[in-house]
Amino acid sequence: MAETLPPPRLLPSGDSAVTVEFSRTIDDAANERVLALDKALAAASIEGISETIPTYRSLLVHYDPGKIGFDELGEKLLAISSQKLPPTTKARRWRIPVAYGGEHGIDLEDVAKALNTTPGDIIARHAGGDYRVAMIGFTPGWSYLSGLDKSLHMSRRESPRLLTPAGTISIGGVQAGIQCLAAPSGWHLLGRTPVRTYQLHRNPTFLTEPGDRVTFFAIDPKTFEDMDRAAEAGEIIAERVDA
Amino acid sequence: MSRLVVASIGPASSVQDGGRHGAQRYGLTVSGAMDRLALAAANTLVGNDPFAAAVEIGPFGATFTARDGAVRIAISGAPRNADIAGKPVAMDTSVTLKDGETLTLGFARGGAFTYLAIEGAIKGEPVFGSLAVNARAGLGSPYPRPLQAGDEFTVDAASGAPELRIELPNPVSGPIRVVLGPQDDEFDDANKALFLGSEWKISATSDRMGYRLEGPAIKHLHGHNIVSDGTVNGSIQVPGNGAPIALMMDRGTSGGYPKIATVITADVGRLAQTSVGTAFRFKAVTMAEAQDEARKFAQLIKSLPDRLRAADTVELNIEALSDANVAGHAVNAIDAGTWQVTAEP
Repeated sequence: MAETLPPPRLLPSGDSAVTVEFSRTIDDAANERVLALDKALAAASIEGISETIPTYRSLLVHYDPGKIGFDELGEKLLAISSQKLPPTTKARRWRIPVAYGGEHGIDLEDVAKALNTTPGDIIARHAGGDYRVAMIGFTPGWSYLSGLDKSLHMSRRESPRLLTPAGTISIGGVQAGIQCLAAPSGWHLLGRTPVRTYQLHRNPTFLTEPGDRVTFFAIDPKTFEDMDRAAEAGEIIAERVDA
Repeated sequence: MSRLVVASIGPASSVQDGGRHGAQRYGLTVSGAMDRLALAAANTLVGNDPFAAAVEIGPFGATFTARDGAVRIAISGAPRNADIAGKPVAMDTSVTLKDGETLTLGFARGGAFTYLAIEGAIKGEPVFGSLAVNARAGLGSPYPRPLQAGDEFTVDAASGAPELRIELPNPVSGPIRVVLGPQDDEFDDANKALFLGSEWKISATSDRMGYRLEGPAIKHLHGHNIVSDGTVNGSIQVPGNGAPIALMMDRGTSGGYPKIATVITADVGRLAQTSVGTAFRFKAVTMAEAQDEARKFAQLIKSLPDRLRAADTVELNIEALSDANVAGHAVNAIDAGTWQVTAEP
């Protein structure tokens, strides 16, 4: 007998999209259901669905109301969501180099002070983590990671910075992130990676996918410069270690 | 090939099309025209696909000059005075610029965005199927940024096809219609009523990412932080200060503020064309009504080719009236923006 799971909430996002919400909080189990529904919908190819956007706790489903109505689509989404989760396939795993501190991570010292420890200890705790890409959003390639060490949870900056550098590796609240393009941010900047999670004329254009696993390792500023040049020329730089 | 040179142009003007779909899951937003109906009307007039790339012109004036041959264009959207060497050009018509001629567009008279479509469309290198400018992501072709004086487009030489006008339905007036949600349960009944019952104005700090709304502060039930989830064109989020922001085409693909309501598809372009400082209201409609309006809107865009008419029919009528000595000076009173013939007092 098939195991049934509690139904998600269907929240209308206008007349052409619906948010399928599995949880109101950041929750890896809910995120796994989001990604499972995303995968199941791709396989089901339901007429009218044009695009799906997985986030931490919900799947936003864009559809054409000329092809399928809210009620009919809602029933299908609930039916698929109630099915047993498929066995998890082996996740891709990336090792990502980070130049911590100094000009690359201007908040490292302050974070260490706020947590009564040393910058070296912060680096060890951040690089020692085993992370999961929960979602990609806001700007191209911005990868939101779950799995941040509890001792590194701290509230965001009171006043967000209007511009933070491309490649920024940061933490905010219970989350960690890999930022690709320069963008505003209220998170704490620990370092920078030469890895581009988004690069237009490279194959693949987008490196990370929701569900991927990520670990970090420290590099020195000189290595950062060398890798940054190679990355600019189109090299992926990040090491794939699951294969 | 001819060239269309941007001789002068104001801010908030860029190449836009139907948008970039399929990569929102990687954080790449859709961009595309703020007023899809106006984009489609302009394109239809010059025989292009409705969502082909065209110039989206912000509220300020602009001038375009044809070089190396004639260029056939059409304008639709926010009305403005337009002329070629002093001869008025009407909105919602096609016209051919001869080599060396300049099209002069004034400020938008109401609304914000006017679309200039070029016969054969703007050419460039599409990314995810679109030439639309998304300046933050460095995307858009031929220029991955807002347009500047001196920019130019290599375009098809004018075909010499007869000029056309397009009969658009009367603009919908009244409140901007919304469907409540996805996070309307983050607000109590009094604050939902305040949102739906109040007059709003678009703030001057608005842009293609979002329209900031000026009006009463809307209070949240449980604070303003939710775990980020997906956004759509027309999502109305309420940040900590209680001033709602309607997310537009260059929005972030996800956001962490509660979204009280979502503008219906048929009204997103109307909201985009609401001038800064003009008072308006929202009205909640049912999902069934919103989806019915969305289907009608799609049907309207599909029907645009059937709404084309020979451009000279209006002029002929005016001549006929003039000959009959009925219209007096009415010819001079044609409003180049709307084709309204106003009677002389």
